[in-house]
Amino acid sequence: MSTADTQNKVGTTGLLGWIDARFPLTKMMREHVTEYYAPKNFNFWYYFGSLALVVLVLQIVSGIFLTMNYKPSAEGAFASVEYIMRDVDWGWLIRYMHSTGASAFFIVVYLHMFRGLIYGSYKNPRELLWIFGMLIYLCLMAEAFMGYLLPWGNMSYWGAQVITSLFGAIPYVGTSLLEWIRGDYYISDITLNRFFALHVIALPLALVFLVVAHILALHEVGSNNPDGVEIKKKKGADGKPLDGIPFHPYYTVKDLMGFVAFAIVFALIVFFAPTVGGYFLEAANFDPANRLQTPEHIAPVWYFTPYYAILRAIPNKLFGVIGMGAGVMIFFFLPWLDRSPVKSIRYRGGLYKTFIGIFVISFLMLGYLGLHPATTTNTYLSRVFSILYFAFFILMPWYSKVDRTKPVPDRVTFHAH
Amino acid sequence: MSAEADQVDGGRRHFLLVATSAVGAVGAVATAVPFLASWRPSARAKALGGPVEADISKLQVGELMKVEWRGQAIYVVRRSEAMIAKLASNKANLRDPDSAESDQPDFAKNEARALKPEYLVLVGVCTHLGCAPLGKFEPGDATVAADWPGGFYCPCHGSKFDLAGRVFKDVPAPLNLTVPPYSFGPNNTLIIGVATGAA
Amino acid sequence: MLTNFNSSMMQAVQLQQRMKSVARLVLICAFLSTAVHANEGGYEKANNDVSNKASLQRGARNFVNYCSGCHSAKYVRFNRLAVDLDLTDAQVTQNLIFNGGKITDTMTNNMSEADAAAWFGKAPPDLSLIARARGTDYLYAFLKSFYLDPSRPTGMNNTVLASAAMPNVLWELQGIQKAVYEGESSADGKSVEKHFKGFELVTKGKLTPEEYNEFVRDTVNFLDYIGEPKQLERRGLGFRVVGFLLVLFLLAYALKQEYWKDIK
Repeated sequence: MSTADTQNKVGTTGLLGWIDARFPLTKMMREHVTEYYAPKNFNFWYYFGSLALVVLVLQIVSGIFLTMNYKPSAEGAFASVEYIMRDVDWGWLIRYMHSTGASAFFIVVYLHMFRGLIYGSYKNPRELLWIFGMLIYLCLMAEAFMGYLLPWGNMSYWGAQVITSLFGAIPYVGTSLLEWIRGDYYISDITLNRFFALHVIALPLALVFLVVAHILALHEVGSNNPDGVEIKKKKGADGKPLDGIPFHPYYTVKDLMGFVAFAIVFALIVFFAPTVGGYFLEAANFDPANRLQTPEHIAPVWYFTPYYAILRAIPNKLFGVIGMGAGVMIFFFLPWLDRSPVKSIRYRGGLYKTFIGIFVISFLMLGYLGLHPATTTNTYLSRVFSILYFAFFILMPWYSKVDRTKPVPDRVTFHAH
Repeated sequence: MSAEADQVDGGRRHFLLVATSAVGAVGAVATAVPFLASWRPSARAKALGGPVEADISKLQVGELMKVEWRGQAIYVVRRSEAMIAKLASNKANLRDPDSAESDQPDFAKNEARALKPEYLVLVGVCTHLGCAPLGKFEPGDATVAADWPGGFYCPCHGSKFDLAGRVFKDVPAPLNLTVPPYSFGPNNTLIIGVATGAA
Repeated sequence: MLTNFNSSMMQAVQLQQRMKSVARLVLICAFLSTAVHANEGGYEKANNDVSNKASLQRGARNFVNYCSGCHSAKYVRFNRLAVDLDLTDAQVTQNLIFNGGKITDTMTNNMSEADAAAWFGKAPPDLSLIARARGTDYLYAFLKSFYLDPSRPTGMNNTVLASAAMPNVLWELQGIQKAVYEGESSADGKSVEKHFKGFELVTKGKLTPEEYNEFVRDTVNFLDYIGEPKQLERRGLGFRVVGFLLVLFLLAYALKQEYWKDIK
């Protein structure tokens, strides 16, 4: 055996050298961790990307353990969840981790998306990165929706009933499509079984794949930052960005701290308020699914309510569904709607700041309205905020272009600790 | 970059790194515990695995009765005086005649391996690889051997046990057949799963 | 080293305050409105306390004597009760198990669903999760709000759950009350201007109103407990977990500060 066989390009020796000659372990570690240069001026908003990854892992692990005792059948599902909550050692903790994790995922992802929004992280050259992120968000919505049916409580049942009915609004094929999705004439054991398969295998696989693609795209173009300055444009003599620092150890220790802070909030919910007053686990879902009785007040889980409010605001079934879908899909077009020469909100003008302020208020208000019964006032408010919500996107090509921006510095702003 | 100037903090940095890692590792292990512990038999499994009562009033001498307990066949044999008397003579051919290494409640650590010598209660699972041994109580049973003293024979790999479930030498099974915890209840009942005195 | 530590502790405190305000923001978002789901309707507070073992024991006794004839609690195991209510298996077997069941059994009952449906018009629901589904205040109010109504088959109605199929099984204890209305009442007695004012005891029960309130509170307390038996250990463990994480946070914060000194 010649030594040439065992040589590797990264110059490691021993066991690691043996591996590196056959698998790019050290190479990948360097590219993605120890020699991935991230801007040094990340602020609070930059914790949520790594937290989303942590929550994904938490959901996968707790989900795997739940599947070990869960029965995906109309006959046994509800009882098996109670079996987990009562008879399985620590089952209650694993279940609460998973149910809290579902909401935590959306909190973290919404904050992560908001960060992208205010710092223009979707703009050139990060359009594809943004699209991967949006696909993750779509997948996550499907994952959450299907997972919500699994406990087979009355809210699960009627939630799935209402959401699948949306497909019935599509002209000509609606009814057949509805039957095809449900596999039956109503939400039945068959529907539950296929939602289970999608929730535990298909969608998590897609999510993991998309997350990998998201991170690869990020590391290809490099991270944006609160100044929206491309750090790759100013490199030192060593070829490394002047404003970049190695992800490890600087951001690993920082993200570790962020993770522990997150874990504290997470533990407070899991141990002291796992239902969060009906927002994370709804009271009506402690009644088993009952085909003959809709819960008194039906609303989706909080993370869907902004879109649900848009749906209810439009007094036409088909257009309601289209409006709701558009409310989600319009995010995909952000990179091309934004005509501003600057990325970060820090250097944008008052016009943009006004619009994004209105957008945030609209999103929160729609979320609030979606949780509450559709009274006349609420419906009226939902319409106003739906219009404002869409105005943010539709008017963006105009206001982002005419807005008076401030000059962007060459280097990032950073104050040493 | 004043990397040299920061070297004074090397000790502190190292200390914090070790301390954080150590506490973090404790947290990781503590998090793993609930997940691993969830694999233990659940309250329902324990309820289903509770003691089982069997009516032994109709069991005839020389007969074998099977009772299911925790998913296993429990063999109950009503032994004749002759069968019991013969147990002592097997001793030289047995691997563990005094049940020193085998699994049984303390009350069954005797020659008859029983609470009452008349009733033999065994887990019907061969200690070799888990097959179900057959009751071959007739001495000299042609399907086993000409010098067969009577006992249990495992059809899978030929392990042989005497009429107290004790394993013979030169067979693959390493230990005597297991005796489950059991006790006798009122009205000729056998309670499997609770040792004498516990109930 | 020590002073370094102190200063980083102080910074940690500052940061904690920052985190706290963020946490508050999250909570405000989560609690934008209260009372959307459980405990809707502004009922009188049940004020039960699941950590009160004596109350839970009385509640268990009340449950098996007055509820379990018709209602099951099929997810609740008797031996779990024994552990959580500080009772021995023998005490539970003697006092709480009536149908000859085993200590490892769950609290099912002997009434078949078909019989139940025939007798009451609808099968009495399983009560394992009733407190989680309806809220304790609702249950407390419900059990106190039966009143005379000759138009109902049971002769009783309920202001909390109108046309309740359930008879007032506790009438001997509570006595019989009638609903008192105030305001205009038209001749046909169906006037919409009638406002419910309160109850008036027509026949005295074995218990005084105060004793009856306690009786109902204990029962609701028990229902609250069986809704989630693990809530007793959940909170206790929570304090330890959060305490541990706070220590880890201080370390992680100090570590991060230490490394970030490099960055100028």
